[in-house]
This record gives sequence, C-alpha cells and structure tokens, in this order.
Amino acid sequence: MAGIVLDHVTKQYPNGFAAVKDITLEIADGEFIILVGPSGCGKSTTLNMICGLEEITEGDLRIGGKVVTNTAPKDRDIAMVFQSYALYPHMTVRENMAFALKLAKTPKTTIDKKVTEAARTLDLTGLLDHKPANLSGGQRQRVAMGRAVVREPAVFLMDEPLSNLDAKLRVQMRTEVARLQKRLATTMVYVTHDQTEAMTLGDRVAVMRTGTIQQVAAPQELYRSPANIFVAGFIGSPGMNFMPATVEGDRLRCELGDLPMSDEVRQGLEGSGAGRNVILGVRPENFQDAAIVPASDRHFGITFTAPIDVLESTGADVYAYFTLAGGPAQNDALDELASDSGRADTGAGDGQADQVVARLESHTQIKEGDAALLWVDARPIHVFDPTTGVNLAPQREVIGSAA
Amino acid sequence: MTTTQTVVPPRPVPATTAKPETKSHLTSAARAERRLGWMLCAPAVIVMLAVAAYPVAYSVYLSLQRYDLRFPDQAKFIGLGNYTAVLSSPYWWDALVNTVIITIASVAIELVVGMALALVMQRTLIGRGLVRTAILVPYGIVTVVAARSWQFAFTPSTGYLSKLLGNGAPLTHHGSALAIIILAEVWKTTPFMALLLMAGLALVPDDLQNAAKVDGATAWQRFTHVTLPLMKPAILVALLFRALDAFRIFDNIYILTSGGHDTASVSILGYDNLFTGLNLGIGSAISVLIFVCVALIALLFIKGFGAAAPGADLRN
Amino acid sequence: MAITTKQKIGWSTANLVVILVSFVPVLWIVSLSLKDPSTITDGSFWPRKWTWENYSGIFKTSEFTHALVNSIGIAIISTVLAVTVASMAAYAIARLRFPGKNVIVNTSLLIAMFPTISLVTPLFNIERSLGLFDTWLGLIIPYVTFGLPLAIFTLSAFFREIPSDLEKAAKVDGATPFQAFTKVIAPLATPGMFTTAILVFIFCWNDFLFAISLTSTVRARTVPAAIGFFTGNSQFESPIGSIAAASVIITIPIIVFVMLFQRRIVAGLTSGAVKG
Repeated sequence: MAGIVLDHVTKQYPNGFAAVKDITLEIADGEFIILVGPSGCGKSTTLNMICGLEEITEGDLRIGGKVVTNTAPKDRDIAMVFQSYALYPHMTVRENMAFALKLAKTPKTTIDKKVTEAARTLDLTGLLDHKPANLSGGQRQRVAMGRAVVREPAVFLMDEPLSNLDAKLRVQMRTEVARLQKRLATTMVYVTHDQTEAMTLGDRVAVMRTGTIQQVAAPQELYRSPANIFVAGFIGSPGMNFMPATVEGDRLRCELGDLPMSDEVRQGLEGSGAGRNVILGVRPENFQDAAIVPASDRHFGITFTAPIDVLESTGADVYAYFTLAGGPAQNDALDELASDSGRADTGAGDGQADQVVARLESHTQIKEGDAALLWVDARPIHVFDPTTGVNLAPQREVIGSAA
Repeated sequence: MTTTQTVVPPRPVPATTAKPETKSHLTSAARAERRLGWMLCAPAVIVMLAVAAYPVAYSVYLSLQRYDLRFPDQAKFIGLGNYTAVLSSPYWWDALVNTVIITIASVAIELVVGMALALVMQRTLIGRGLVRTAILVPYGIVTVVAARSWQFAFTPSTGYLSKLLGNGAPLTHHGSALAIIILAEVWKTTPFMALLLMAGLALVPDDLQNAAKVDGATAWQRFTHVTLPLMKPAILVALLFRALDAFRIFDNIYILTSGGHDTASVSILGYDNLFTGLNLGIGSAISVLIFVCVALIALLFIKGFGAAAPGADLRN
Repeated sequence: MAITTKQKIGWSTANLVVILVSFVPVLWIVSLSLKDPSTITDGSFWPRKWTWENYSGIFKTSEFTHALVNSIGIAIISTVLAVTVASMAAYAIARLRFPGKNVIVNTSLLIAMFPTISLVTPLFNIERSLGLFDTWLGLIIPYVTFGLPLAIFTLSAFFREIPSDLEKAAKVDGATPFQAFTKVIAPLATPGMFTTAILVFIFCWNDFLFAISLTSTVRARTVPAAIGFFTGNSQFESPIGSIAAASVIITIPIIVFVMLFQRRIVAGLTSGAVKG
C-alpha cells in the first residue's frame, strides 16, 4: 500500500522521440487512478515506467516515499496485469499464480494459502488445475488478475486489461475490477483508451495527449469543467459538438443563433481578455426537442431550426444528426480527436459543413428529414480559445442543466 | 447540484534529493541485458570465427603461394601467380561454364516444379500427410545414395533407365551427362524449394483469391496476377538460396561422373587440384575464386533483384 | 464443401505422380540391394532373383560397421553441440538488445552461403598440422560450424513466436533474465529445439565433401564417404549390390524418421527459411 509520485518524468528515445514529456503526478495511497487518452498519448509508456519495464530518461519516480527510478521491477513491490494477460501457457492456473511467490522463495504452505485465497476472491477455485489454453477470455483475465492479487503488492498496474474482451463481458468485468480495488484498497493505476471505462472506474482520471497530462481530476469534474478543448472533446460519448462563434456584446453568435451568456461565461471572457472569436462547445445532451422543453425553461437557451440528416434510436435515447453551414471549428486538438475517432478518414466535416449531434428524449416526435425545431440550453455551454484551446470559463457551478 | 470535486490532497513529498546531475546513459538493467546478449552469443561467434573466418583468411594466404604438398618445403610466395594460372586455364572456364549451366537449369526447373509441388501440398484435399512425406524423402536421403541410384539407373545394361533409353551410356557424353546431373540435383532439392515456396504461398491471403474470383478471374489469371506478385519476396529468397547452393554442386557430380567427360564443376575442379593434384596453392586460388563468384551472385540478387537478405527481421 | 469425384480423381492423380517420382529412385536402390549378384546387370527394375547376400556381405568386414558408428556418433554429437550453442545465440538475437547483433546475423548468413570447398582446402592443412585429420573431432568441428547458421535461424524464428509479454511478466514476477529463460522460455521452445535438432542431424548425416576430405580411414570415415569409395566384397564382384545394401541401411531409418516427424520438419524449414 503506497502512494506514487511521478516527479517531472520524461521518456525520450534515442532517436529523439519524446513519448512522455515532463509529467508530474501524485497518486495517493489507495487511490484508483486512470490514465486515458488516444493511441500514442504516452499512457502505456507511463505505466511501463512505473512498472520498470521502460527506463525513465529524466525525472524521478517514488513509490511509498522510496526513490525507485532505477530499481528493477521485482524490487518495486508492484504487480502488473498485461493487455494480453501473458499467462504462462505451460503452467496450470495454480502454478501461474504461484510463480512469483516461488521465485521469492516463499514457503510452500504460505504459497498454497495465498493462492487458495486469491482464487476464492476471483472465483477461480474450480479452474486451478487447468491450463490457460482451456480457459475462456474472461477466465484468463481473472487468472491474470489473480496472479497480481496473490502477491499482495503495494501497487496494481493494469494495461488495458479489458480491451480483449467482447463488449458485454467488458461491462461485467468493469464492475469486478472496481469491486476488487475497493476490497483490497490497494493503489491502482489503470490504463485505457476507452473513456467510458475511465469515467466509470476511477477516483481520478488523467487525460493524456502526446506525452503530457491535459487534466487530472475526478470524472465528474472532467465532464463538467474540462480544462481545454481536447479534454472536452475526449470525455463524453457521443462527443461534444464544437462550432465557431463570435462574442457580440453579451451574446455569443454562432450558427445556431445568438446565445445568451451566463454570468460565469461573461466573467471568464472578460477576465481572460479573449478576442471576438471563440469556439463553442455544446454537449449533445444540452440540446432538446423544442416541443418538449417546458416553457419556464425556454429562456435559458434559444431555439433554432435544423434539417435532421440521420436519426438514431437506442431505445432509451434518440440521437439526431444535423449539419450547420459555415464551416467547422478549427483547432489542432480537434484534428487529433477527429483522427483518433476515425472521423477524419470518413470525409465528414471536410471544410464545407460541420455535423452536430443532439440527444433528444425518446418520446420526441421528430423524424428523419424533418426541418426540426430544436432548443439548446445556453447554461452549460463551454467557451474555448480558438488558438490555445483553453477553456475560458472553467470553474463553474452548473445549476439544473437539461437532464 | 454538486460542487466540483476537490482534488485529493497530495501527500507531502519527502525531501529526498533529486538524482545527481549526469545519469549514466544506460541503466544497470540495460547493461546487464547487453552483457547477457554478448555472453550468449559468444560460443557461437567464437566457433564461427575460428572455424570459418580464420581458415578463409588462411586460404587467401595459401592461394598466394606455390605450395605442392609433395614438396612442402619448397612453398614460396608467388603473388597472383596461381590466379593467372587458373584464369588462363581452359579447365577453369569449362568448369565455370558447366557450373553456370547447371545452376541456371536446375534452379529454373526447380522453381517451376517446386511451385507446382507447393500448390499440391497446400491445396491437396486428400492424403496430405503421405504427400508431404513423399516430398520430404528426397530431402532426407543422403545425396550420395541418391546419386548412386541415378548412376546405377543409367549404367548400361544394369540400369532400368538405361534400358529404356537404348542401352547407351549417357553418363559418358558431355551433354547427356550434364542433363543427368541436373536431373539428380532437381530431384534432390526441389522439395526444399517447394517448402520455401509453400511458406510464401501461405502469405497470400485467401480473401484476395476470393475477391479475384468474384471479379471474374480464371485460375490461371489469379495465379499470375494475384499469387505470383504477392509471392515475389519469397520467390526471390528461395532463388537466392538455391542459386548459391547449386553453384556449389559437388556430391552429385562426384558420384555420377567424377567430373570426367568435361562435366566438372568449379568445386570438383578445386577438389581435384587439392586432393589429386596435391597442389594447395592452386586449390586455394580456385576456392577463393569460387567464393568471389558466390558473393557476386548474392550481390546480384540482393542489389539487382531486390531480394531481401534473409534474416532481415532479426536485425533491428 | 463436398469433394466431387472429379476433384478426388484429379488430386489423387497429382498425389500419385508426386509419390512415384519421389519413391522410384529409392525403390530402385532397394531393388538393387536385393538382387542376386548374377542378375545385377540384367537391367530390370524389380529383382528376378532375390537374395540377402549383399547385406550379409557388407557386414563381413568391420569397415561398414565402423562407418555406421562414425556417422551416428559424429552426427549426434555435432547436433547436440550445434543446437545448444545456437539456442543461446538465437535467444539473444531474438529477444535481447545489444550492439553487434547485425554483425552476428550477417556472419551467420555468410557462412551459410559459403562454398564448402573454400573451407575444405585450408581446413585440410590446418587439421593435418593439429593432428585432427581423420578424427571424430575433425568432422564435428566443421559440422557444428556449418550447422550453426541453420540452427540459429530456425531457432530464432521459434523464439520469436513466444510472446514477449511472457518475459515481461516473468520480470515483474521477480525473475532474473536467466530464470526467465530457464523457467518460462526454454520449456516453450523445446518443440522448436527438437525440430532444429532434426534439421541439423539430417544436415550432418548427409555431408559428403567434408567427410571425404577430412578422413581417410575407418577411424573417422562416415557412411557417405564409405559409399563413395566402396569397392565391394571382392575384387571380382561388381560393388553395385554392396553399395545398394549399404545405401538402404542408412536410408530406411531416415525415411522412417521423416515419416514420423514430417509435420515438424515442414514447420521448421518453412519458419526458419523465409520471413519476408
């Protein structure tokens, strides 16, 4: 049980490429922290550095107060669950779990006790004498975790442990992982590229991009107060909509219309001395079918008409896609988000028009092809600087946003 | 609703001093890995250097001397004298021509037959194990035994093949002897070629074949437009290996004709000069020249045809 | 999809052709070995008169038995040495990072492509002066050397197929690199080592040029060399029958060997040889 401190850690390869650039992060003892970001952001490299499988080029790493920057993995009191599980195929489940303890010359009775207990925790008791090849994906995943659990380490490291499971199993195992961590109360560092996992699992989430930490905070704070446009676009599914806007007096003018500014936004804009152009961020859930919005709430936002291109119904929600003339917002973070999500390859948003997605109540009467009357809530919208991407009005209390 | 979550208060960071300024370029783990790598490779490297590199250098040294084993004390340095002798000898050029003919002919035939075999091995719907064993038999048989089999088969009145061809003595005529040598080579090494090509065949995804089928291609068109182009790297490597091997041909010729009737290859010539003529100087010179030829062939394939030097994936 | 009769006939014919072409020369030698010496020149494929005389003949003197013992002993020792040395090097090449790897790989390649005759000449002289001529060691050394590239390439391919995550997991579990090798990697590489041993053994068993150049008496002469120089049971009899019998004796085991392990051999040859 120990806290982890990454102190200005950098990872630079001999060819000059810096995978991780000067990150500083303090993880409390017993905390469940998630590293999330698109591929290439450096999250796995960071995890490998904490584990000791990658050398730290600059900076220090401390676990439990001890400097372990150059210590071998086996002396760091950590355990790791690999994405591929890395189970020893020629050993049974029992032998897999006992391997590390045997190497540490633990007495046999202790080994047996610990293995039996870990197996019980993870519901593996019946599988102890099977070989990995005879197990299903979910079972193998549990064995991989059991191997880590049995060592009772100070820190658990997990490298995308659920990404090889099919969708339904993944949802189920997510809760298992959460339960396990609470039960063991061990510090856990978890890497994933799936923002849903990040949001549902961690005490805190660190969003990474090209080797730096963009923001580290509790999931809800990331959702409500993203520090910059990258975090805003990364967290949340479907992702936030971005559109260019200009500041006109106390209104924000964009393709949807003239939106009223809330007090916080107005203060934020004044304080930061932003120019007339900004990027507006509107989450799909901030839209609504105008017909459904109660009259008393109407003045919190504006209505506008949009022709609906595509309508998707998930049963619980309806997602309406429409396009705005006037071009998409431009920012390099947005480009990276688009290429990570694959949108850049589809040719959508190629400069002519920008696609917006709105989440509507399931009982809406709007149909595909309609020129629908929609309402957008102006209270929770975000305003970003078009060049730096910084959120111009971050720390906000949001009251009663559209459910 | 709720206020923004407060960040969990950081632990007070202990006042341990930062690392000393210059960190060594490698951590101790990386250094240990290097040492282990060198130690593990050491035996192999030592053996290969001692047994191959040193003798080669020695061979070059010998080639510059007039060194007759019958008169070992009269060995003396004569510079490139041996080389001029060899290169101006008609025996050398005859042997070289023979070797080139055999190499080109056998490799070409092996390529075609090997490709057919590879297709059979891969696609045969029945008796796969038996066919594979059959194909591996020539590989497993001692070359000398196979050569003897062919030799006896073509011996007048004794051999079944000789009988079929009118009881002549094909091994005593230059042209037919060469043909039989090529036959023996092809029989012996086509399996290996077939295996190399089969590995290359496996790299052609079935999906592409299906796509071509849907596009309307006949089996032959699929072969020439889809399979062959995708197999090109594998084919080039197979050709490289086989060409180098064929150039070094020795066993079959030794048994079949002993190099007589103008069927000697360059290796046979070298052997004769060394063990029959007992001339270390000339024998070494021929060896070095053979080495140069082999190197040229390799260069031709790698630089000229773009064959990937095997083991490319092992270097990093 | 069901196999039509036409397809069956087609493939069976193809298979038959292949099998025939492969086995005919072997059957011919077997037939020669069983032919009564008086009928040996009759030119027919199958023996008209059968006899075991040729076989008993070659065992009358100890020459052939010695050659057999030499062949088996030298091949086994060379194989064991080559595979052991190559395993270490192949593991290092496949898995570890260290400078000089390229040089080693290139050197192996060079040796594999070497014309054997170029080596025979100097080795002949060197071994004579070192007293290694006509000894087991005199053959084992070049066999190991020339077997190494083949073994290293085949084994590297097998080592690469073992997921590298396993070594990382072993590292995290607390294993030293040596422990990782012995407890995790080596057990998984055993099939690969076995296959490599088969390939190297066949290579040693098959060699002719070194055998005739570096040996001269029964002390170290191997069977291929013996077959090359066989003079027969007596001055007057044609040696064909004896040669055939000797050939069969060393061929049948190999064929059985190949039949038993054909899957492995194919896997080994195809994995080691062509990798793009």
